[in-house]
Amino acid sequence: MTARMLTETGTMTRPEIGLTVPLAIEARGLVKRFDDTLAVDGVDISVPEGAIYGILGPNGAGKTTTLRMLLGIIDPDEGVRRVFGNDRPHEVAKLIGYLPEERGLYPAMKCDEAIAFLGALRGLPLEEGKARGRELLERHGMGHAVDRQIRQLSKGMAQTVQLLGTLVHRPKLVVFDEPFSGLDAINQGKLEVMIRELARDGTTVIFSTHVIHHAERLCDEVAIIAGGKVPYAGSVDVARDRIPAQVRLETRAESGEWRSALPDDARHDVKAGGGHFWYFPVPDSGIEALLERLIDGKAGILSLSVERAGLHDAFVEIAGEAAARALEQDALESVR
Amino acid sequence: MSDTTRLSLLEAARVVARRDFRAILFSRAFFFFLLGPLFPLVIGGLAGGIGGQVQREAVTNMVALSMSAEDNAAMQAARDTLAPQLGYVLPQFIPDTSGEPPAQVLKRDRASFAAVVSGTIEAPVVTAPESQIERWSGPVGLIAATARGSSPNTFPAVAADPVATSTAEARTDRIRTAQAGQLLLFLLMMLLAGMVLSNLVEEKANKVIEVLAAAIPMDAVFLGKLFAMLGVSFVGIAVWATFGGAAALLLGNQLPQLPEPALGWSAFIALGIAYFAMGYLLLGSLFLTIGGMAATVREVQTLSMPVTMMQLLVFFLAASSITRPGSPLELTAAIFPLSSPFAMLARAAQSDAIWPHLLALGWQAVCVILFIRFGALLFKRRVMKSGKAGRAGKERIGATKIA
Repeated sequence: MTARMLTETGTMTRPEIGLTVPLAIEARGLVKRFDDTLAVDGVDISVPEGAIYGILGPNGAGKTTTLRMLLGIIDPDEGVRRVFGNDRPHEVAKLIGYLPEERGLYPAMKCDEAIAFLGALRGLPLEEGKARGRELLERHGMGHAVDRQIRQLSKGMAQTVQLLGTLVHRPKLVVFDEPFSGLDAINQGKLEVMIRELARDGTTVIFSTHVIHHAERLCDEVAIIAGGKVPYAGSVDVARDRIPAQVRLETRAESGEWRSALPDDARHDVKAGGGHFWYFPVPDSGIEALLERLIDGKAGILSLSVERAGLHDAFVEIAGEAAARALEQDALESVR
Repeated sequence: MSDTTRLSLLEAARVVARRDFRAILFSRAFFFFLLGPLFPLVIGGLAGGIGGQVQREAVTNMVALSMSAEDNAAMQAARDTLAPQLGYVLPQFIPDTSGEPPAQVLKRDRASFAAVVSGTIEAPVVTAPESQIERWSGPVGLIAATARGSSPNTFPAVAADPVATSTAEARTDRIRTAQAGQLLLFLLMMLLAGMVLSNLVEEKANKVIEVLAAAIPMDAVFLGKLFAMLGVSFVGIAVWATFGGAAALLLGNQLPQLPEPALGWSAFIALGIAYFAMGYLLLGSLFLTIGGMAATVREVQTLSMPVTMMQLLVFFLAASSITRPGSPLELTAAIFPLSSPFAMLARAAQSDAIWPHLLALGWQAVCVILFIRFGALLFKRRVMKSGKAGRAGKERIGATKIA
C-alpha cells in the first residue's frame, strides 16, 4: 500500500464557511498490524484547529490504536500523520494534553503533585504546575483534597485529578480516549461543559467514544470507525444529511385516493386508538406537493412531521447494522 | 515554559528520574536495599566453594628450575615419577635458563613463579617468600631425593633463600581484591536491576506508562528510570560508606585487610564506581526492556528468569577468567558487554595499565545507548497493542485477520 500524501499546507477548506482553516491533526493511510490482526486499515483523518472532533466506533474498532498513532505512542506500519504540522508528535508534546482510556496516577502522590508531574512531562515547571494544580482543584470543587494522596481518593475524584493534569499546561490540542467511560451522569455533564469551554477558548478537542449521543451533542466533526477502517470522516451535519429526512404522517383513514401520494414502500403502523402512522423519505416533489395531494385525497391528516436523520441513523447507514449493534451493546455495558 | 514545543531527551529523563528518585528513596524497597551488604556475608559463605577453587588455582604451583641442565632434567623426571601418587602437592617445574639470580626470576612480571629451585640435586636451594618456602621445601626435597635415587629415608638438606615477596604472591593477593570487587559489583547490580524491573511493572500496574509514553520518548522514560535508581544506589553506597568508615574507626586493625590493587586504591575505587554504573545501566536497560514488554508480574518473572541465569553465567565467566589474564577467555569476558564491567574491575586489581579501562568504559557506554534504544523500540513495537477491549481479548468488530 502506498502512503497517501498529506496536504502541502496543512490546511483544509471549509466550503460551508468559505474559509481555509489550519489543521491540528492530519493523517493519511494509517495502518497498524498486531501479530496477525490488522487493527487499523488505512485511516484518513483531518482535524481542524479549534474543532471538537469525535472518533466514533464500537470497542475494538481501532479508536485507541488510531489515537496512539496520532500521538506518537506507537508508530504506524504504513501511512503518515502530522500534528500541528509536525510528523513527529513528540516534537510538539508541550502543545498536547492526553487522557488515556485507562487512567493512571501514582497512588502515593498528593493531588497537586500529581497534576504538577503531568504538567512537568509537558514542560511546565514543577512549582508553577503545583500552583496551577491547586487553583484548578479549587475551581473544580476539590480544594479540600489538595494534600490528599491519590490512593485516598474515590475513583471519580482520581479521574478528575488526571483530567486536570491533562490540562494544566494549557495545551492547544487535547486528546481524550473514552473520556466519559466510568463517569456518572453528573460528571459526564461537567465534562461536556468543560469540553465546550476548551473549544470556546480555541483549544482543539479530539475524543473517542462509543456513545453516539456524546458525539452528536458535542462534535463539529466525526470520524466513524469500524473494523479498523474509517468509512466516513467529516461534519456531523453532512453525515446526517446522507440520509433523506423522514416524513412521519398520522392519518385517520387507512386507504383512499390519497395513498398514491405515498411511496409504495412507506412503513405502516397502526395506532392502538385507530390512527395510522406512515414513515417514508421526503419525496423529491417536496412537502408542499405531498400535503396538497393528501388533503385533496381526504387522508384525514392527524399529524405530519419531517424528521431529520440522527447520527445513529447515519452510523447505521455508513458503518452497517453489525457495527451499530456492537456500538449499542458497548453503550449498554458502559452504563452497567 | 520555554519557547520550544518539547522537552529535550535529558530534560524529559530528568522529570522521570526526579519522581522515581523521591518515590524509591522513601519506599520500603530502599530500606531493603540498605540491608544489601548483609547479603554478601550469606552468599559469600555459600559461594565460598567457588571462591576457594579460584583461590587454589590462583596460588600458582609453577616453580622455576634454575639448576644445571642435567639436574633440571633429573628433577623433572623424578617429579613425573612421583606425580601419579602425589599429583597436586607437587610443583609444576618450568626450566629457567635465563641465568638470572633466583630473586630476579621471581620478580619477573610474566613468570608468576611461586618459587625458584636452584643449587644441585644434592643441595637444592628454594628461593621464595616465607610462606612459599614452607610450602615447597618438602616436595622439592622429596623430588631431589628421588632424582638422586636415594632411599626415601635420606633427604638432601633444602636450603631456604627467603625473599620479601614474589610476582606470584602479589598476584594472588590482588586476585582476592578482584574477587571481592566482582562479588560486590554483582550483588549490587542484581539488587538494583531487580528494583528497576519491579518499578516499571508497578508503573504498568498503575497505568501511568501510557501517560509517560504519550508525553516523552520511551528512551527518556528508560533513561530517567535507570538514572533514578542509580542515584538511589549512590545514596545507599554513601550510607554504607559512612557505616563502614565508622566500623573501621572503631575496630581498626581487627578488620580484614584487602591487598592494594595494581592501580592503587583511588583509581580502583573510581573505576569500581564507573564499572558499577555501567554494569547496572547495561543490566537495568535489559530488565527494563523485559518489564516494558511484560503485561503481568508472572510474565515478568518468566521473562526475567533467563536473563538472571545468563547474568549468573556471565558473572562466573568473569570470575573464572581472573586467574587467566590475557587469555582468550578473559578477553571475551572483557568484550562481552554484560561481563565487561566484572572482567575489567578484576583487571584494575591486577594490572596497572589504564588505557584498557578507558576503552572498555567507552564500549560499555555505547552498549548502554544501544540497549536503551533497542528496549524503547521493542516497547513501541510490542506494547500498547490496543485499548481495554483488545487487551481483554474481546472480538474485534470486523478487525481483519491477516492470512
